[in-house]
Amino acid sequence: MADPILSLSSVSKSFGPIEVLHGVDFELRPGEIHALIGENGAGKSTTMKILGGYIDQTAGDVLWQGQPLRFTHSDEAEARGIIMIHQEFNLAEHLGVDQNVFLGRELKRGWRLDHAAMRARTAELLAQLDCPVDPSARVSDISVPSKQMVEIAKALSRDLKVLIMDEPTAVLTERDCEVLFRQVERLRDEGVAVLYTSHKLSEVKRICDRVTVLRDGAMVRNSKVSEITEDEMAEAMVGRELSGLYPAKALPRAEVMLEVENLSVPGMVEGASLKLRRGEVLGIGGLVGSGRTELAEAIAGLRARSGTVRLEGKDLPAAEPHVAMTRGLAYLTEDRKGAGLLLEKTLRENLTLPLLDRFGGVLIDRKAEEAALDKAIADFAIRVPERNMAVGNLSGGNQQKLLLAKTLLSDPQVILIDEPTRGIDIGTKQQIYQLIADLAAEGRAIVVISSEMPELIGLASRVLVMHAGRVVGELAQDEINEGAIVRLAMGLKDSEGEAA
Amino acid sequence: MAHAETKTRRRGGSIDLKVIGPIVALIALVLIGVALNPNFLSYANITNVLARSAFIGIIAVGMTFVITAGGLDLSVGSMAAFVAGLAILTMNVLTDSWGVGLPVILVGVALALVAGLVAGLINGLLITRVGIEAFIVTLGTMGIYRSLITWLADGGTLSLGFEMRELYRPVYYGGIAGISWPIIAFAVIAILGEVVMRHTAFGRHCAAIGSNEKVARYSSIAVLKVRLATYVLLGLLVGFAVVMYVPRLGSASASTGLLWELEAIAAVIIGGTLLKGGFGRVWGTVVGVLILSLIGNILNLTDFVSPYLNGAIQGAVIILAVVLQRKTGTDR
Ligand SMILES: Nc1ncnc2c1ncn2[C@@H]1O[C@H](COP(=O)(O)OP(=O)(O)OP(=O)(O)O)[C@@H](O)[C@H]1O
Ligand SMILES: [Mg+2]
Repeated sequence: MADPILSLSSVSKSFGPIEVLHGVDFELRPGEIHALIGENGAGKSTTMKILGGYIDQTAGDVLWQGQPLRFTHSDEAEARGIIMIHQEFNLAEHLGVDQNVFLGRELKRGWRLDHAAMRARTAELLAQLDCPVDPSARVSDISVPSKQMVEIAKALSRDLKVLIMDEPTAVLTERDCEVLFRQVERLRDEGVAVLYTSHKLSEVKRICDRVTVLRDGAMVRNSKVSEITEDEMAEAMVGRELSGLYPAKALPRAEVMLEVENLSVPGMVEGASLKLRRGEVLGIGGLVGSGRTELAEAIAGLRARSGTVRLEGKDLPAAEPHVAMTRGLAYLTEDRKGAGLLLEKTLRENLTLPLLDRFGGVLIDRKAEEAALDKAIADFAIRVPERNMAVGNLSGGNQQKLLLAKTLLSDPQVILIDEPTRGIDIGTKQQIYQLIADLAAEGRAIVVISSEMPELIGLASRVLVMHAGRVVGELAQDEINEGAIVRLAMGLKDSEGEAA
Repeated sequence: MAHAETKTRRRGGSIDLKVIGPIVALIALVLIGVALNPNFLSYANITNVLARSAFIGIIAVGMTFVITAGGLDLSVGSMAAFVAGLAILTMNVLTDSWGVGLPVILVGVALALVAGLVAGLINGLLITRVGIEAFIVTLGTMGIYRSLITWLADGGTLSLGFEMRELYRPVYYGGIAGISWPIIAFAVIAILGEVVMRHTAFGRHCAAIGSNEKVARYSSIAVLKVRLATYVLLGLLVGFAVVMYVPRLGSASASTGLLWELEAIAAVIIGGTLLKGGFGRVWGTVVGVLILSLIGNILNLTDFVSPYLNGAIQGAVIILAVVLQRKTGTDR
């Protein structure tokens, strides 16, 4: 086995008075794909940021090829070939894709920027990643998964020794994941050390060589992937035994809660129709970019649309999110950072933002807000080191839980959830699935949009599949399986599907 | 309880410059003032300073909301001049037919408030409905109002009739319990502003929009309406400042309200409101206004430094304030 290239020796990290990593030892070797797994808030991102030179440890050492090393700036880590891709993107939204890939390392011809060369190289990298994005497109205009691919292209464009990726696959569809894994395996074979984290344990099992489990800021297990099962990983993470992931499905009732007819969003969705009943969990599958999110946003009044949407039999006006909310329809966005939460604000301010009129009269009732936050923290098991912290300092998964709490605060009857468990650990996933099932059992109507097949299969009693802006098929109870969803999602005609 | 979001960023126990910086600066200025001139803390001087800062102060309270919501308004100085000119002209015309009396003043006051509100509405509509950058819109209206007042005054000065001026005078020079009206008005508006910013949905929504407009929209906040409201509120407050200003000199000219917009914006920023929006505090703005006027006052009271250097010192303070904000903001 090769000597470790980058390691941690009894590293601790505190934020203010709170210690979040307690004496972690860790070794990363060239030519291995190493997974770092753990619950939300266990300290994975923090560990990675220390390795990537983004933050300093409070105690202990970072060793580079056995020598202690203290980066004063992440540039120094990058100069050694340590590249980190963050859980939250680090892209300049207003610049082009190519400009982002070469940001800070622009190619030049003499004193002038060599745009053509940068564009060509970016195109090459994106092609390697099977990513259909135009190198000159603006980053703010491309989809979330494409942004992830751009981040990866950016990393690939450098001279890599260590690649650190914080939940790269959370925002990717399975197909994109495959592409990414091929690249990662190629890098490993070239001798690069790859460290990554994911809440998808099957993925860890498949492509990693070694796995380290963090629990509450301490390392609780380190072993070869071949010597540990997925269940053992999950149990090491949560520290208890986990029963079945998916609860029993509730039975839909007769009453139609939401009826969408012939809904179109120019360039995104074409003539989509659907019916959603009380107590039903309707899944919507499809590739990213197939119009799932746009459909949900249009229903929720967040996008201009044509066609009709009826909520409990009454027309819902277009482009009026407030009306949709007060009439009992809520939408949970897939873009947590961009559209979901105010990262600089506190949990309390985020939680009550959509519903301030229900907290006090003219003046906001601070006590009621605090009480709502207490309840959210308890109900959703949000791990908050400090109550008044900025949301941006919460771990990614805990942000997601807060977003869920925020969306459900208005006690909606129809809930559209876009990627409910993105970045959420397996123990919490189970809780969220249970929550969705409970909400449905209480008689609420739920739409779950997900790129994770097992989630659709495990939760939904009916699945619609979208392709290129159209609803191309509907799968009932016993027809829901991975093969059928994929075929429809790829736009292949399915004998059972009512392909448009 | 003040501003938890800044508190969490600091390392255990150290004091947050962002919160106390402006207050420390204000205290330092007062101490300097006292040291340089024993008359500094006299009733007459303090009243004078506070009453003169009232106009900028009232406007700056409104500006705090605009900036917190991610906007900007460069037109307030010219707007004030134009509204003042309009009110004076109207009152003069009315005096001819109605004679000198309270009704004329009431109409003048109402007109100033309505004109300010309408001017704010125009800015707001251009920004939110037509979708032009706030900087551009208000740069445009700034020029328009400035030129309109110059035109109304025919390049000179518009003056209120002598008798009317005597009647209106107490609004600036009078008061209760030895506190003059402008100071009372400023205080009331500042307190209301602070309460609205901190404890109402409107204030929270302004901060949310300035922090991330998309998140605000996805949280079912009527982003355009709230943003429009900030400009209307600012316009109304400009109108109100004019109501207090006209009785002071009884006139308006092309140089009325010159650079007020910059002083108001500077006060907001010195007070700790973020120029890019997302976080604002009215009490900080009040401190900012006081800092700026104390600098001028101290220079006037001493012959230590030429009062002509007033602008230079104010400029340095503004830059320093932003540098201090930056310092505490980076370790997130
Ligand atoms: N800048 C910060 N200030 C205060 N606390 C922080 C900061 N950054 C992280 N934390 C806290 O440290 C703990 C570990 O966070 P970290 O982001 O490393 O978790 P994680 O394992 O990556 O979780 P997830 O799976 O949810 O992404 C969390 O409790 C988090 O709230
Ligand atoms: Mg993380």
